[in-house]
Amino acid sequence: MYFQPELETMTPQDLRALQTQRLAKLVAYVYERIPHYRKAFDAAGVKPEDIKSLEDITKLPFTKKQDLRDAYPFGMFAVPNDEVVRIHCSSGTTGTATVVGYTENDLQNWGDCFGRGIIAAGGSRKSIVQVSYGYGLFTGGLGAHRGVESVGAVALPMSSGNTKRQVQLMHDFGTDILCCTPSYALLIADTAIEEGYDPAHDFPLSAGIMGAEPYSEGMRAEIQDKLGIRVHDIYGLSEIMGPGVACECERQNGLHVCEDQFIVEIVDPATLEPVPDGQWGEVVITTLVKECSPLVRYRTRDISRIVPGTCECGRTFRRIDRITGRTDDMLIIRGVNVFPSQIEEVITTFPEIATHYQIVLSNKGPLDHVQLQVETVPEFPFDEIRKLQDIKKRLGAELKSNLQVQVEIKIVEPKTIERSEGKAHRVIDLRGEGK
Amino acid sequence: MIDQLTVFLANEKGRLASACEVIAAAHINMHALFLADTQDFGVARIFCDTPHKAAEVLVEQGYRATVIPVIGIEVPNHPGGLAELLGYLDAQNINIEYGYCFSLNDERAIDVLKVSDPHAEEKLAATSYTLVNPEDIYALD
Repeated sequence: MYFQPELETMTPQDLRALQTQRLAKLVAYVYERIPHYRKAFDAAGVKPEDIKSLEDITKLPFTKKQDLRDAYPFGMFAVPNDEVVRIHCSSGTTGTATVVGYTENDLQNWGDCFGRGIIAAGGSRKSIVQVSYGYGLFTGGLGAHRGVESVGAVALPMSSGNTKRQVQLMHDFGTDILCCTPSYALLIADTAIEEGYDPAHDFPLSAGIMGAEPYSEGMRAEIQDKLGIRVHDIYGLSEIMGPGVACECERQNGLHVCEDQFIVEIVDPATLEPVPDGQWGEVVITTLVKECSPLVRYRTRDISRIVPGTCECGRTFRRIDRITGRTDDMLIIRGVNVFPSQIEEVITTFPEIATHYQIVLSNKGPLDHVQLQVETVPEFPFDEIRKLQDIKKRLGAELKSNLQVQVEIKIVEPKTIERSEGKAHRVIDLRGEGK
Repeated sequence: MIDQLTVFLANEKGRLASACEVIAAAHINMHALFLADTQDFGVARIFCDTPHKAAEVLVEQGYRATVIPVIGIEVPNHPGGLAELLGYLDAQNINIEYGYCFSLNDERAIDVLKVSDPHAEEKLAATSYTLVNPEDIYALD
């Protein structure tokens, strides 16, 4: 089932023609309306009329997060406030917040993107969709909400938090689709089990649309098993739009990019040169139809790749692979590049270890020290110290062979690691503090 | 078999006190406590009244706690009492996971053993050793 088959299954030739026409229009639009782009294009010696084909996109300069910060708050808006109907912005925890405005058309387009994900997840007008992403300036809650409304399904606007109530309504109302971060889905599942339910069998829930943080295949499998659902990965970022830029179909093999609305490129983060399909690199996105906050070649800092080939589902939009991390999430430990998702991938192969974990980086002497805090599952025979030490040893050896980095394993008491209602904070970096 | 309460604790200041406070708040009396510790965590093994209830309140408070069946054997409180028992178990090829001892009074001591052999209790019952009944140590659940 498709939500917008005329777009989702259009031929590559038609899509190319649509993208080319929209790209040319966008370039003229931003050049005329946004001072930053006029300056940047002039500096790069490129005029809107130079962009005649899709390949010409490489002539355009990249947009960086700092450019959005420099324009704080409304410097990157292409329309006056009487056309803006909503504003979202990033939390600003790592610097000045980035502010993104939406016109009514922008919201409708966003809703269409998320709506495609709902239909791909088996949803329909009849489905009850529980939105347990946070509502507010964060794009997750309201983005998913608009998607539910676009489809005409039943929105249950829970926001995040109050987990016991989430479980109760999920059970009482018979929620069909759950939308939240994967780490929160796991907390909801564990809470349901603690409350005495077997959600995989007791709840009619059939699918989850989960994103806003990277997660491993192992974590997906755990959510799917505990809740008895199919989990669809969804991608988005607050600078472009919240969840909906790309979403998995029922094949769960890569996320179809909404290419009628976005051009996606994968570039080598060091050289900024495009890489061939299949190769990993930084995702770069150009918005084709956004009116308020259009972006040209925005460097997302997310790491993915184009999944080569076509998808059996019939959608012709190209797919990106699951996001393995962000260029700024990447930990450089003793000179080795490590993504938290790689550590998670190893943890999920140990059934004795719960999926909640925390990575603590510190300096012990001249070298980086990595401590991984984990909990055993409740059934683990912790009475025998030998078994606890054995699991520490095996997990450490497995991490060492996968990451080439020595990791100290610390088994902690349950609930020592903070449970997340939104995005999980997996890494505590204390390096530099002791110096 | 007798029921031993086992609690997993981070090896940090105040954790044992805090676990004991939870048990105290539930008005459960402890009779013996043994600690096995490593650098980053410890395991507290406890004889207390109503051990299942104690485990339940600890789990409710977020502790990793459970009840483990162990064997209690009464031995004469004189030199060689324990050595003789261990010699017997060794001869029977019964492996000991861990164990500890405490004296009840001048005459009697109790050896507590966690063994991997599921028939260990039967084998010991057939000897002249006296197995300790749970009600001799703590109030049952």
